[in-house]
Formats: sequence, C-alpha cells, structure tokens
Amino acid sequence: MIQKQMQERAKQMLSLGEVTCVLGWKKGDFSTNPQPAVFESEKDLEDLVYDKYCAANLSKYLVELTKKEGKVLVFLKPCDTYSFNQLLKENLIKKERSYIIGIGCEGNMQVDDDMQEIGLLEKCQTCTKTAHMVFDELIGEELTVRQGDDPFEGVLNLEQMSSDERYGFWREELSKCIRCNACRNVCPACNCRKCVFDNNKYDTAQKVNASSFEEQMFHIIRAYHVAGRCTDCGECSRVCPQLIDLHLLNRKFIKDINEFYGEFQAGADTDTPSPLTDFNIDTDPEPGSVHKRG
Amino acid sequence: MFKMAKKDIPNMLTLLGESMDVYAPVKKGKLTNFEDFTEGAELDIDTLKTVKSPKDFFLPQVENLFSATSQGKEINIEAKALRDKPFVIFGVRSCDVRAMEILDSVYLSEPVDKFYEARRENGIILSLACNEPGQTCFCTTFNIDPAHPNADGAMWVINDNIYIEARTEKGENLVKLISKFLQEGSKNEIVQSQTAIREKLNKLPYSDLSLDGLEGNQLLDLFDTPQWEELHKTCLACGICTFICPTCQCYDIKDYDTGGEVVRYRCWDSCMYSDFTLMAHGNIRNSQKERFRQRFMHKLVYHPDNNKGEISCVGCGRCVNKCPSSLNIVKVIKSLAVKCNV
Amino acid sequence: MCKPDSLIPLIGVITDIKTETPDVKTFTIVDKEGKKAFDHKSGQCAMISVPGVGEAMFSIASAPTNTKFMEFSIKACGVLTDYLHTLEAGQQVTIRGPYGNSFPNDLFKNKDMLFIAGGIGLAPVRSVINYVFDKRDDYGKVDILYGARSADDLVFKEEIMGTWTAKENTHVHLTIDRPQENWDGHVGFVPAYLGELNFKNDKTVIVCGPPIMIKFVLEELDKLGFKKEQIYTTLELRMKCGIGKCGRCNIGSKYVCKDGPVFRCDELDDMPEEY
Repeated sequence: MIQKQMQERAKQMLSLGEVTCVLGWKKGDFSTNPQPAVFESEKDLEDLVYDKYCAANLSKYLVELTKKEGKVLVFLKPCDTYSFNQLLKENLIKKERSYIIGIGCEGNMQVDDDMQEIGLLEKCQTCTKTAHMVFDELIGEELTVRQGDDPFEGVLNLEQMSSDERYGFWREELSKCIRCNACRNVCPACNCRKCVFDNNKYDTAQKVNASSFEEQMFHIIRAYHVAGRCTDCGECSRVCPQLIDLHLLNRKFIKDINEFYGEFQAGADTDTPSPLTDFNIDTDPEPGSVHKRG
Repeated sequence: MFKMAKKDIPNMLTLLGESMDVYAPVKKGKLTNFEDFTEGAELDIDTLKTVKSPKDFFLPQVENLFSATSQGKEINIEAKALRDKPFVIFGVRSCDVRAMEILDSVYLSEPVDKFYEARRENGIILSLACNEPGQTCFCTTFNIDPAHPNADGAMWVINDNIYIEARTEKGENLVKLISKFLQEGSKNEIVQSQTAIREKLNKLPYSDLSLDGLEGNQLLDLFDTPQWEELHKTCLACGICTFICPTCQCYDIKDYDTGGEVVRYRCWDSCMYSDFTLMAHGNIRNSQKERFRQRFMHKLVYHPDNNKGEISCVGCGRCVNKCPSSLNIVKVIKSLAVKCNV
Repeated sequence: MCKPDSLIPLIGVITDIKTETPDVKTFTIVDKEGKKAFDHKSGQCAMISVPGVGEAMFSIASAPTNTKFMEFSIKACGVLTDYLHTLEAGQQVTIRGPYGNSFPNDLFKNKDMLFIAGGIGLAPVRSVINYVFDKRDDYGKVDILYGARSADDLVFKEEIMGTWTAKENTHVHLTIDRPQENWDGHVGFVPAYLGELNFKNDKTVIVCGPPIMIKFVLEELDKLGFKKEQIYTTLELRMKCGIGKCGRCNIGSKYVCKDGPVFRCDELDDMPEEY
C-alpha cells in the first residue's frame, strides 16, 4: 500500500507550507467509489485514499485550482501525466503552482450499479502508458508494470467495415447520446473558455439533439477539436452514462495522425509541435488524401 | 390480483402493442433503457436501474411546441398536437413512479402544462417491485416502498410468474385487454416476497440515511452554510446528474431553424450549466458553487417549501452511480444534516 | 377548441415604435384584430418573441387603464432586443402573458406616492404612475424621482415634461449622473438626490432601476425613516416559461416570474441574496 506514504508526504508538505492544498482522492461511501478531492488540512488527509478504484484523471481539476494563488500538490498516475503536459503546453495550468507526485498504477477497476468490481476499465485494458512523463517525485512507481492489449485493435475492426457499415455503427452509437456533457467536461483537452456548443450567439448552442445531424455534430466536432491534443486518457468512455465508445472515436484520430504524420503521442512532452498545427509542405499529405483512401 | 407466466410477457406486450404504444426496459448491448418494445427487442426486467429514468415519456428531452413561418411582416404559428395515443410503460420501479408524482406537482399545478398533462392522461404505468434493491438505493429515506409499488398497476416477479394488481381504472382496463394471459392470483402469494424485499432494504448501506436537519424553516441557514464550498469543489459542471435524475425538471425553450420554418422546442436544461441564469447584463450565479448549491437547495429546500414538504429526490441512486467526480445527493444530505445537528 | 398551452403565444402586431433614447425604443403592440392582446395589472410582464431570434420577458410599460394597446420600452442589450430595434411598424411578433403578480394599486389608495427610478427602470413604474394619474382623485401627493446617466438617456421625456409635470399635486425631480451642456436640472446620483430632497417618511415608495441604485436608495430611505413595509420593488431574472415551471428565475423558493416580479422590501429579507 502506497496510500500511507502518500498521506505522510502530503501531510509533511502541507505542514511545511510547501503546498497550500492537496489534490487526491477521498474515501467515499463505498470503498469502490472514491472521490476526487481537495485537502486543505492534515486532518482532512486522514481520508485520502489510493487504490485501484481511483480512476479519475486529476489533471483536469488543476485548470481551476492553479488559477488561484498558492501551490497544489497533485497525485498523478502515469497516464494522467500526459494530460498534465498537454495542459501545460496549452498554458492552461501553471507548473510553478503545482507539485507533482507521480504514483504507481496497476490499472483501475470498473464497478457496476451495485458498486461491485466488474473488471478493468476500458482505458486500462489497453494501457500503453507505464511511465510518468512529468513529476517532481515518485511514490510506488514499481507498481506500474502492466502493459495493456493493443490500443488500436478496436480501430482496426472499425477500419475493416465498409463506409456504410461504419456510418451505421456511429449513428447507432451517437444516437444514444443524451448531451449531458460529461465527456466534454471531464476531458482535459476540452478546455475552451467558452465551448462553441454553449455559445448562444450561434445556432450551435442547442442543448439537445434537435435532429440526428445535431448529435453527430457534437461528437464529431469535439473529436476534431481534440485531435492532436487528445492524450488517449479514455476518461470520455469512463464517464459516458450511455456507454458510447467515445474513446474509440478519438483513437481513430490518433491512429490516423500516426499514419499520416508519423508517430505522435500528445502529452509525452511539452515542446514537440502537434502534427496538426505544424504543417510540413514537403512530407505531410494533402487533406484530400483521406478522402481518396476512403 | 392476477398472475401470469413470466415467459408470456413478450407475447402479452405484443398484444398490448395492437392498441397502444408499449415501452419497456430493453437491453441493447450492455445498456438497459426504456424503449419501444417491438419485435425482437430484448426485454430486461432484471436490471434494477435503467440509465435514463422513464421521465422522458412525460417530459421528453426535446419536445416541439409550435412551428412558425413568416412572410413579409407576418408570422404564422401552428401549435404542435398534444399526445393523443395511449401508451403503457411496463416495469417502472417504485422510485421512478414517485418521481412522476413529483413532476406532477410542478407540471399539473396551475397553469397546467398541457403537453405534459396529455402525456400523463394517455400514459399507463405498470410498476414492478424491486426483488433485489441495489446497494446505492435509498428510496426508503423518502418513505417509498419498493415491495409495494404504486401506479396504475403493480407487478411482482415471483419465480416463473408475474403477479399483477390493478390499482386504477386505467390499470383495470389494461388488465382486461390481456385477460387471456391471466389467471387469478392471491395477495397472500406475494406476501413472502414483500417481506423478503423489506428485509433486504434494512441491510442496505444507505438504509439509515436520515433527513434530520433538513426539515423546518431554515432556508437561509442552509443557503449560507459553508459546507457548499467543500461539497462542490470537484464538480466538473457537466449535466449528467440532472439528465439521469428522475425528478430534475427544469427546461429551456429554444428555436431551431429548419430552413423553411422555425420550430420552437423545449428541452431539458441543467442548473449546472453556466448559461442557466445568464442575462444580457450579467449572471446571478457566476461560480460552480452557486450552481451546485441551486441544484440541491431546489431538491431539498425550495421544492418542499412550495409543495407541502415534498422533497424532490426519490433515492434511486443514479447520481451515486454516475457522477464522474463521485459527488451525489447522499453526500449533500449527510453534510447538511451534520451541519444542522451541530 | 380548448385553450392552448401557456407556452403557445399569440400573434402581436407592432403598430408604433418611438425612439426614446439612443438605445431605448418604446413599442406599441396589439393583437391581430387591433385590440389589446390581454388585460394586465401594473407591474405584470409579457413574453415577446421573434421566432428564430429569441423570446424574453418584458415589463408592460403602459397602464392597465389603457385598454387599447400595450407598450414595452426595450433597451437594446442582447440578441433579441438588438433585433427588435431593427424592426419597423407593422411587423408581427409573438406575445404571451400576462405574467407575474402586480403592484397592489388598490392598497396605495389615498396614500402619498413616491416613485423612484433609474434608467430603463422607469418602464414598469410608469405603468403605476399612469394608473395613478388616470384615477387621480384616489391617490394623494405624487413625487417622481427619476435619474439617468445623461439627459439623452432619460426615457419618456415628452410624457414627463408634457403630462406628468402638469398634473396637480405632483412633483417631478429629474437628475443626471454628470453635468452636460443644455441641462440646468439637478446633477448627481439618484440616492444622493433622494437624501437632499428629504421626503416625509409617510409615503408609499416604488423603486426600480439598476441593482446598485436600488441598494443605495434603500439605504437612503432607511436613513429618512421609511420602513421596508412601505417600499415596493420589481425584480428581473432570466426567464423562459413565465409560469414557474422551467426552474431558472428562482430566488430561494420564490419564482420571480410567478411569485414576483413585485416584492415588498421586507419580503426580500427572507430570501437568499441571489438576484
């Protein structure tokens, strides 16, 4: 158990005034349902937990937290550090206002309505991120040995469909959407100050799928907008109440980007330019090439 | 009290489909929701909680109110027809049945919402006792009895049979339509099952969740309590809790330009969204703390204030299951109750 | 045919548009038959909409005693209101209402009245003022204290100068925030002027204007010895349905569209400060 170590270190930093608060996970009513939480006292930290149910990617919460004065101690699993880097790259969080303790991870569990464990989360089954990309110190990194299945297997299946089948597949998937915006709000790459889908000045601010075209627009535009910035964290699929395979949609973009512009992993560092914002006239394919490929 | 063989349910629903629309919990992949029960649909009455509550059938997520066309300076509007075809929702759980009564107190109070009223009048609800109440259920906190559900007709699954008791005229008429599947049953036959359900309820993790501290006239105290600061902190401001909640009832009214005409529709809205109270000159709820507080104050204080103490939560536990940040109304109730006991 | 749902509006026709200030116009609206679309009381509101542009709540600026038409004084400050300002007479809009409670004009009978307004806040107050003038003998002395940013921003100027000032037992006190050419009236904010005027505190007060003005006016009235029970105001929040169901214009458990918009100031003490 590295939970104890995390607690002790957090208490120490808080008591020494090295950080003003701690972002971690708090014990919930069910042991399988811990809650992302901000701790401000050593006493509160008694409730800090860390186990295989701590799936939430805490990087996103830093966007709000690092707006305030002070310094946040944040616990990040290997995959969460990619999101951190990406947010750093986009100037949405301040490195000097955060202190990262990278923590080991053996994969997170999915629970059912009765809060019973039902196996690894989708995002963990295909985990490729076993090392921390950014950290100030590490605790329990030896835990992280698990390497997941091929992340692109689902995409390969998708690519084997005819375009009609694929269209049918996505129509069916996206028709389940209830536009609760959980995928958008949990997504570290979805960080526009004002989302185009919330903008009342245009017709985009429909809160509901007023037509089937609409529901596809929301997810497709979102996927395009996070393309090249999506770190593959899989939070979208974790939170979708209607079990839409949103992660698959993003992975299709990741695979395409890899194939068109060379291997790229968003959030691996903070200085490699994103392939979609760094057009190379000699080597990059023309946009039309995707259409030709079918 | 009647009973019928469980295996005959699909045929019975198909028969009902000849005279009305039939909605039932249908499983598609790993997902169970109330859907049109059509041929080949996989009926799933074992899953306790559909992701979405059946409130859609009375307060659809999107509902067109009228269409408008304009020519020169003239405008013509044509109101959309009210629902006039009967429908039955099969297998609604006690909590969701109570949720409809809560929506009634808003939508059927003067001035009555005619779109809602028409759906209510045409809708028949067959409820289903919860043989296996879930770990995140806390309906008993609101005096809901999942062993004895309300609605037009109540149902209990016991072994290979399903027991049906008509409770209203609508329910009795419905029972007549399916009489060929039914045989007489006795109330005594469900007693054992009811006792078993109630025993299970007593052992649930939230069985002792109490509303002490929320009663009484302390609106301003609860509004001003510092707990909100702590409670809301990791709220991501999405609308998942509002959209899966069977009692969330707020709506927006918007226009959709189809090209030829403008359709005015109403759709579910969420007080969690930043534009909920946005006006041309500013916003009265500028922080997520204020929006979060509104949602729970509405359910626990404002709605009861306007509706004879009726709390606008039914303990279905959907928010406990689905919130991406593991926040939920149980945490709020516990925190506020603690505050007031101090 | 049964009455349609409250959310289905009537067609209204704009018969006249009067430019009050650079950003306020007063619209006269009747129904398709040329009659007043519905009866109303002072302080009540109506939802006006242009389909495809938007719908919003506006207070009815004309008096209930005007049985021929309704008037709405609208400031261009958003998508719908900007659009309304581009319209010409003869244009149809949609209208539904009346919504909300009203000023208890009957309770005010035989009282001395003090009306305090700032900017476009005079619109709902005007409905009461003109009601009082139409039943002049039923009411006591009338004082109207009205201020705006500049002389150009004073609404209903013609009516104020031409009609109100000429009424018996009536005093109009105008003020603008900053001095300007061709203005020989009072200069200064409404609350400060209120203090200078030093009214007797037995009047019934109706106040409407920007929230910050209302706040300081209430402080000033308190200094003058007015009790909250003597003071009425009207509030405005974002609204969609107008009938207390859509859930967004609440202040605590009160819906401004249904339980308001008119509140007696002592009632506000029991409500959360979220407006």
